[in-house]
Amino acid sequence: MYQLRGVTKQYRRDKATVDALVDVDLTIGDGDRLVIQGPTGGGKSTLLQMLGGLDRPTSGSIELDGVDLAKLPEARLTTFRAESIGFVFQSFNLIPTLNAQENVETALVPLRLKAAERRERAAQALESVGLGERLGHLPSEMSGGQQQRVAIARALVKNPKVLLADEPTGNLDESMRDEIMDVLETLWKEHGLTFVMVTHDSSIARRAPRIATIRKGRITLTENSKAV
Amino acid sequence: MFFTYLRRELRRRRKAALVVASGLALGIALVIVVNSVSAGMNQAQDKVLQSLYGLGTDMTVTKAATAPKAGEGGRPRFEFGAKDDGKEQSSDRVMVQGFQTLAASTVDKVASQKGVADAVGGLSLQVMKVDGQFKRGQFKQDPGSGGATRQGGPGGEPRGRVEGGGASFDVNSYSVYGTDVTKAGLGPRTSSKITEGRAFKTSEADAKVAVADASYAKEKKLALGDSVKIKGVTYEVVGIATPDSGDAAADLYLPLKQAQTLAGAKGKITTVYVKATDSQQISAVKRGIQKNISGTTVTTSADLADTVSGSLSTASNLAANVGRWLSIAVLVAAFLVAGLLTSSAVSRRVREFGTLKALGWKSGRVTRQVVGEAVVNGLVGGALGIAVGLAGAYAVTAISPTLTAQLGSGAGGGGGRGPGVVMGGPGISQAAGKSLDIALSAPVSATTITLAVGLAVAGGLIAGGFGGWRASRLRPADALRRVE
Repeated sequence: MYQLRGVTKQYRRDKATVDALVDVDLTIGDGDRLVIQGPTGGGKSTLLQMLGGLDRPTSGSIELDGVDLAKLPEARLTTFRAESIGFVFQSFNLIPTLNAQENVETALVPLRLKAAERRERAAQALESVGLGERLGHLPSEMSGGQQQRVAIARALVKNPKVLLADEPTGNLDESMRDEIMDVLETLWKEHGLTFVMVTHDSSIARRAPRIATIRKGRITLTENSKAV
Repeated sequence: MFFTYLRRELRRRRKAALVVASGLALGIALVIVVNSVSAGMNQAQDKVLQSLYGLGTDMTVTKAATAPKAGEGGRPRFEFGAKDDGKEQSSDRVMVQGFQTLAASTVDKVASQKGVADAVGGLSLQVMKVDGQFKRGQFKQDPGSGGATRQGGPGGEPRGRVEGGGASFDVNSYSVYGTDVTKAGLGPRTSSKITEGRAFKTSEADAKVAVADASYAKEKKLALGDSVKIKGVTYEVVGIATPDSGDAAADLYLPLKQAQTLAGAKGKITTVYVKATDSQQISAVKRGIQKNISGTTVTTSADLADTVSGSLSTASNLAANVGRWLSIAVLVAAFLVAGLLTSSAVSRRVREFGTLKALGWKSGRVTRQVVGEAVVNGLVGGALGIAVGLAGAYAVTAISPTLTAQLGSGAGGGGGRGPGVVMGGPGISQAAGKSLDIALSAPVSATTITLAVGLAVAGGLIAGGFGGWRASRLRPADALRRVE
């Protein structure tokens, strides 16, 4: 369970201080699904990065299962990301020179698994997103939707506790968008993940039971009774 | 994963990799060529010095010749009694060459000095042989003048003229070196190999035997078993010696005692050849000898090398200075370019490395990946550089440009065909110089190849260091924010 208390993040930009997050309090239960919305530059991605241990708050605490990520040393934070967090990015962020299977394997490299086990688990993960036939394909040989599926397989191959997705459908057309959302929701249910997603797309946001809206660094939570 | 990722990245960026590798290759090839040419120069210089000193000699001890006193005259003088009309007359003038003589006991004194492993004495001589004949002129009386006979008679004084007559002499000059037959391993004779016959035996300390230089033997049509006459003494040629390079130390080698007898210099030598126990201590040994044996001149190989001039010296200086600095400059430039290109490649891959860090890759692993790619680039550059460098060195050896080594300076003196070299060896004259033609080769040693591989790895590491440092400092949040 995530417990955020008084999280503030400030950036220095051209000698001015920018408040990306201001005194954010937020609780996300295990297995919850939360959508974060808000205008560009409002602090959505910053909050997601805080949750994923990619960045530290200027003040406040971010606890996951009682461990304050804000105070973890860099090496342990890296290990935490390797073991517990799955990321899905808007631009897929696949390594262009590695094929689908190898891209998925990159998430298992820090876990020091044997190569054979890595390969097997990567193949299974790709199978689970419907890409069992495309293990050897490079990102450039796949459509945007397929690339995002590879990215999802990469996020989930290590069985993380949390899945963080930053605009996962932002670069996809409408049909692909629905396809990816179906995949994500199915996997969320199957794996019992805590799933936090940033999106601009209101139609996607409406599918979530809780919606957090961030404006000028301040958060507002809305319960969505019409969630899918 | 490390090697798969590395291989794929290098393949993807092969143009950039080729630029980095080519830069390093150029630098490494230059280092190999310059090093091998320098080694060739050193070998050439060693050959030149060996031709004077022989193998294993670290220094010589001599006593400089003094200017002739008034009335002594420096020129050889021959006296013939012109009695035997038409008969062949011959005279040899045997002179100690170049230096004042030293007492043979100097060898023992030198040998007893600290740091001296061995010492051997030698006597350097110049022989001028003049042979030919006088012919008396014939009186031819003018027709119709005086008596019928030259002695005159009735009818008046006979008139006429002397026709023909005169002198016809050959002057032949050659060098002779008296060698200590008990120490065959040291001294100038070691610069030649016995190619026919044999060397002196230790039992031939005072035997009438000679070893002839191959060129001299060819010129004088000398063969094994032939005899050579010097000052009325006949020597049997028991061996023909061919110099390893350049000219021979002398035309004829005789046992030391025989040479001393010929020159009327019993118990005298001109040069002591010294081998030091430790090649690093030569300067100290030199100082010790100069201090303890006064009036002598000690000349080391280094001193002699300093007197080498001519195209060999020029090329050697060129390789040592311009070549070395050029190689360093190219290498530094190649390292910098490789570093900047690698660093720039990291900048282009910010999203990639940010993603990997987000996935839990530690900075060290990302850095290793970057350094690994750079090192492979370096090794490819090294392999290319070694290939090009070897080809360059091979080309130099194949072309074998001839360099001239001029030993010593000044003109005149000497005479004859014996080497006249400032300091050192037999036939030495302080005023004369010696010119040797040496074919340049460019030997590539294992050390040079090791150096090249080391430079390639160093180049890769330096380039990887630039890039790796940038990659390690990359914060994943910043990296992802920058592109999204």
